[in-house]
Amino acid sequence: MSVKMRRTVMERESIKSFWKQSVPLMERTGSGEKLVLADLLEPVKTSSSLSLATVKKQLNRVKSKKTVELPLHKEEIERIHREVAFNKTSQVLSKWDPIVLKNRQAKQLVFPLEKEQSAFAPIEHVLSGWTARTPLEQEVFNLLHKNKQPVTDPLLTPMEKASLKAMSLEEAKMRRAELQRARALQSYYEARARREKKIKSKRYHKIVKKEKAKRALKAFEQLRKVNPAAALEELKKIEKARMMERMSLKHQNSGKWAKSKAIMAKYDLEARQAMQEQLAKNKELTQKLQVASESEEEERGAEETEELLVPDVVNEVQMNPDGPNPWMLRSCTRDIKEAEAHEDPEELPDPVAHEVSESEGDERPVAEEEILLKEVEERRSLRRRSELSQDAEPVGSQETKDSSSQEVLSELRALSQKFKKNHQSRKPKASSVSTGHQVQREEPALEEEEPLLLQRSKRVQTVEELEELEKEECSQNQEFLRPGLKGQQLERNPNNLPNAPKEKKKKEQMIDLQNLLSTKSPSVKSLAVPTTLEEMDDEEERDQKQMIKEAFAGDDVIRDFLKEKRESMEASKPKDVDLTLPGWGEWGGMGLKPSTKKRRRFLIKAPEGPPRKDKNLPNVIINEKRNIHAAAHQVQVLPYPFTHHSQFERTIQTPIGSTWNTQRAFQKLTTPKVVTKPGHIIKPIKPEDVGYRSSSRSDLSVMQRNPKRLSASHKKQLKKNSVD
Amino acid sequence: METAPKLGRDVPPKKDKLQAKRKKPRERKNPESQRSLSGAQDPFPGPAPVPVDVVQKFCRIDKSKKLPRCRSKTRNRLKVAETEEEETSVTAARSELLLAEEPGFLEGEDGEDTAKILQADIVEAVDIASAAKHFDLNLRQFGPYRVNYSRTGRHLAFGGRRGHVAALDWVTKKLMCEINVMEAVRDIRFLHSEALLAVAQNRWLYIYDNQGIELHCIRRCDRVTRLEFLPFHFLLATASETGFLTYLDVSVGKIVAALNARAGRLDVMTQNPYNAVIHLGHSNGTVSLWSPAVKEPLVKILCHRGGVRAVAVDSTGTYMATSGLDHQLKIFDLRGTYQPLRARTLPQGAGHLAFSQRGLLAAGMGDVVNIWAGHGKASLPSLEQPYLTHRLSGPVHGLQFCPFEDVLGLGHSGGITSMLVPGSAEPNFDGLESNPYRSRKQRQEWEVKALLEKVPAELICLDPRALAEVDVISLEQKKKERIERLGYDPEAKTPFQPKPKQKGRSSTASLVKRKRKVMDKEHRDKVRQSLEQQQQQQEQQQQQQHKQEKAKPMRARPSALDRFVR
Repeated sequence: MSVKMRRTVMERESIKSFWKQSVPLMERTGSGEKLVLADLLEPVKTSSSLSLATVKKQLNRVKSKKTVELPLHKEEIERIHREVAFNKTSQVLSKWDPIVLKNRQAKQLVFPLEKEQSAFAPIEHVLSGWTARTPLEQEVFNLLHKNKQPVTDPLLTPMEKASLKAMSLEEAKMRRAELQRARALQSYYEARARREKKIKSKRYHKIVKKEKAKRALKAFEQLRKVNPAAALEELKKIEKARMMERMSLKHQNSGKWAKSKAIMAKYDLEARQAMQEQLAKNKELTQKLQVASESEEEERGAEETEELLVPDVVNEVQMNPDGPNPWMLRSCTRDIKEAEAHEDPEELPDPVAHEVSESEGDERPVAEEEILLKEVEERRSLRRRSELSQDAEPVGSQETKDSSSQEVLSELRALSQKFKKNHQSRKPKASSVSTGHQVQREEPALEEEEPLLLQRSKRVQTVEELEELEKEECSQNQEFLRPGLKGQQLERNPNNLPNAPKEKKKKEQMIDLQNLLSTKSPSVKSLAVPTTLEEMDDEEERDQKQMIKEAFAGDDVIRDFLKEKRESMEASKPKDVDLTLPGWGEWGGMGLKPSTKKRRRFLIKAPEGPPRKDKNLPNVIINEKRNIHAAAHQVQVLPYPFTHHSQFERTIQTPIGSTWNTQRAFQKLTTPKVVTKPGHIIKPIKPEDVGYRSSSRSDLSVMQRNPKRLSASHKKQLKKNSVD
Repeated sequence: METAPKLGRDVPPKKDKLQAKRKKPRERKNPESQRSLSGAQDPFPGPAPVPVDVVQKFCRIDKSKKLPRCRSKTRNRLKVAETEEEETSVTAARSELLLAEEPGFLEGEDGEDTAKILQADIVEAVDIASAAKHFDLNLRQFGPYRVNYSRTGRHLAFGGRRGHVAALDWVTKKLMCEINVMEAVRDIRFLHSEALLAVAQNRWLYIYDNQGIELHCIRRCDRVTRLEFLPFHFLLATASETGFLTYLDVSVGKIVAALNARAGRLDVMTQNPYNAVIHLGHSNGTVSLWSPAVKEPLVKILCHRGGVRAVAVDSTGTYMATSGLDHQLKIFDLRGTYQPLRARTLPQGAGHLAFSQRGLLAAGMGDVVNIWAGHGKASLPSLEQPYLTHRLSGPVHGLQFCPFEDVLGLGHSGGITSMLVPGSAEPNFDGLESNPYRSRKQRQEWEVKALLEKVPAELICLDPRALAEVDVISLEQKKKERIERLGYDPEAKTPFQPKPKQKGRSSTASLVKRKRKVMDKEHRDKVRQSLEQQQQQQEQQQQQQHKQEKAKPMRARPSALDRFVR
């Protein structure tokens, strides 16, 4: 229909336009002029000048121009309006959703609504967020700034800070004095260094060098005692120096100076000496360091003799681990305490000896010193080893508990055998008479010692004995007992000694316990003493039991109880329902019973209830009946959000009464959900109350005021929106 | 020997407290909050730490139980409840600080048996105030005495067999009243306060006030042998010779329940302070537990081969001590199993038993009283070796530990003895609940409050926390009725409705297919469940058959006539 209408409209339009064009013609006809064909074709002609296409275009344009649509039905318009309004309103109202939710979940609501009280904040925070606005405030701030008064954080002026930091006068004085002293010392030191640098004497420098070396040695010794790790580091440094030396040609007599000296050496003794020194130094530096380890000891055994011939500083620093014991040199009578302080004489370094020897050798020429040192060391080592070998054998034969000590001993034994050979081979070599004499002098002492040791090894079987023996030694044998030896002894059973008193104690305890066990038993009986009845012997007790049994023989309590229990169980069981009708579909009469088949068919079995609580408790009957009076007080309907009773039960587990809670907790638990101030009007909530702008509300009202004035196009757009 | 009442034996370990202290400040390193105006910093920021184990003591929600899946709303509620519980328990734990007193103790020098320590020694060692608490009343004339302390532990009432009734403030030794009722007195008991006194006389039950004036004669309770007062329910329980257990509500003067125990004469009775259940001992060796709401005993326990002579329940309601004619002393567990935990044969069976507040067990055997102690509060007393013993001038007739004082009151044929037992009583009292030092006005105030908080008698049951549970049976019943009424289940799960899918994949066929799939899965689950159930049933049946077969005498050959056997 609409199509048809549209067509008619179009036709009308075209006619209109036609008439418009033909007006002049009509006028002309009206005036009585004759209508000529040319007149009729005139508009075509004129237009033809513009071309026919333009006409067509115009025609198309006319055609394409749509007609005005018919207005919608009133109901439809209203519906659309409603829809749009609803969407808009719901959108506006949805802003309130979080507030509503919050209020619903809030523990307490206070009416009339008030703005939230600002929480307590420290003054610094308040100040930091605050700016001066009024002129007065600004004035004040300006003043503050001028005086460098900090406005916010530390609240202290720089002056105040400085004064806080400043020290007292005394302190300042002390500090100044200190600084002065340090400066003075520095200047002295500098002056001295300058002076020393100017000294040209070679001899002086040599002495200085030597001193330095000695000091280094001492320091190293100290370090070794105090901090072995650091000492190792030092050793490594030395090792590195050796490597460098081996790489370089510094002391190889290949330098310019060395070559010149080599030429001079034929004629000049000094030059020769200098060269030798050079070489010696090279040798010294390239000397391989021996790290003392037990595994290497055996290998070293053979080489040792040669090694000992090189008494250079580096080697001394490194120290052979089984160096001679300095204490051995001293007189035999010695404080035991001192010996005890040095627990391991085997590995004890001998700084004192070295120092002594070196201090002696200070004035002598180097070569002499070397020889002397060599001799002394040889002697020491020899003596020590021989002693060890003699020492070790009896110890080895003895059975010692300590496995580690045994290992050490076996090693020592091996060593001693080697050294015996060495010793024998070396003996004739011993050059100086004095040394030989010394050795000879030593030997009888050792021989004296030997039987003593052997004896001891046999005797000392138990720890207690050992202790006793020690005491004896302390008192009697002090004269000839060497502290070193004693130290060894101590070392031989290092574990035993501290344990000894313990073991003894243990033994004593054992005995005590046994004593106690034998005497203790009546302690239980003692409680029965005060009772009126006398203590009963076992027989009497048995008699009494018998009597009790006899007394209660008549009433069998247990059987009665079991019977009662069975009855109660039967009573509490749900009963089956029998619906059989006797005589129905069967013969009836006296003495006839319905068949089992039938009975089975009409028997309704009761569902088996939950197992009884006292199922596994033979001596207990627990009543399964429900306490209906108490049940009346229990909750019977689950409140809204809960779907299972266990959930709800969990929320009512904690008591809220003041009997079970502290006053504070009680008040907190029983706060009312809504609090109102008496005499105050409770106004509806406003957007300002919760921090919203009021504009949203106004545009809603605007829309609702004139909903009908919306144009169709606007409406469509809205509809589109609403669909979206 | 060292005696010092009110000195700690089990001081709570302070170690974890310290550790907690150390930990917490590290957690709260918030530089902003630490700064203050003066620039000084709080060395212990945040709230003071609370020892965890103490907090745990006050927690009541059992979090180990798993809950079924719940909605978010429910979850919120649960979370709120849990946080509330935590907060309240923390505040309660903090308030433990106020319990300043520590329990007393008695320690022998190494190897010394504390049982050998005499009362005289203890009296010598303790301070004067404590020493004054040991006394003897020499009352030989009116026969063996029953004693009872008031709930605050301040007053002592005693009644002699031959009619002598007296009440006194035993701390100051001030006599409140002294009368002779000219009738046999079987038992005596204070009611809720020291102002009222119930006396079981030969014929009827009488109630006197603290002046000794007779207020009531209750003829419904006749020939009463034992009395018990339930303070929170205001019930006076009486056991009579006629075999009735009668509950009298003293606040309204009504008899709440009269239960026939059907076990002959009742003369052994005690109450469980934890749940107000009355324990009766019978001559057939059983102990029965009674509540006024149920006509039958809640539980019946076979304890002894002979008759039960005495029963006592400890203050936490965990242990029950019984002694019987078979000379046995047993301690039973009351937490559901009712099994004996300790047993001991005494040379002469204990005629009277009593538990102290801290779990010491006293037994009167003839003229000797033995006290056994456990380790710490509410622990099982070990019956190996007595903690203390005491010999009296006559056989014991009644004994009770005094609340809040380390004293055991003994009534015997020679009078009354107040005996010092270090560590027996709770050192800290609740001033609002039972204050030994309260004035008359405070007592009246308390009386009103207590009456307002009176617990109904029908709430007495084995589990006192039953009120915090939902009555599941009636809940189910109501649900069923509602479904019947509505014709459908409003809470039923809605059937699965597949959601339409986008991009042309939402054909009707696929929707149906998805629906079908879910339905099938549910069906399969159901079938699987039912199959499992069937299997279980079959297994059970088989087991039963096996049992029956075993029970049946084995016959050599099955007979043809077996088919007629029913």
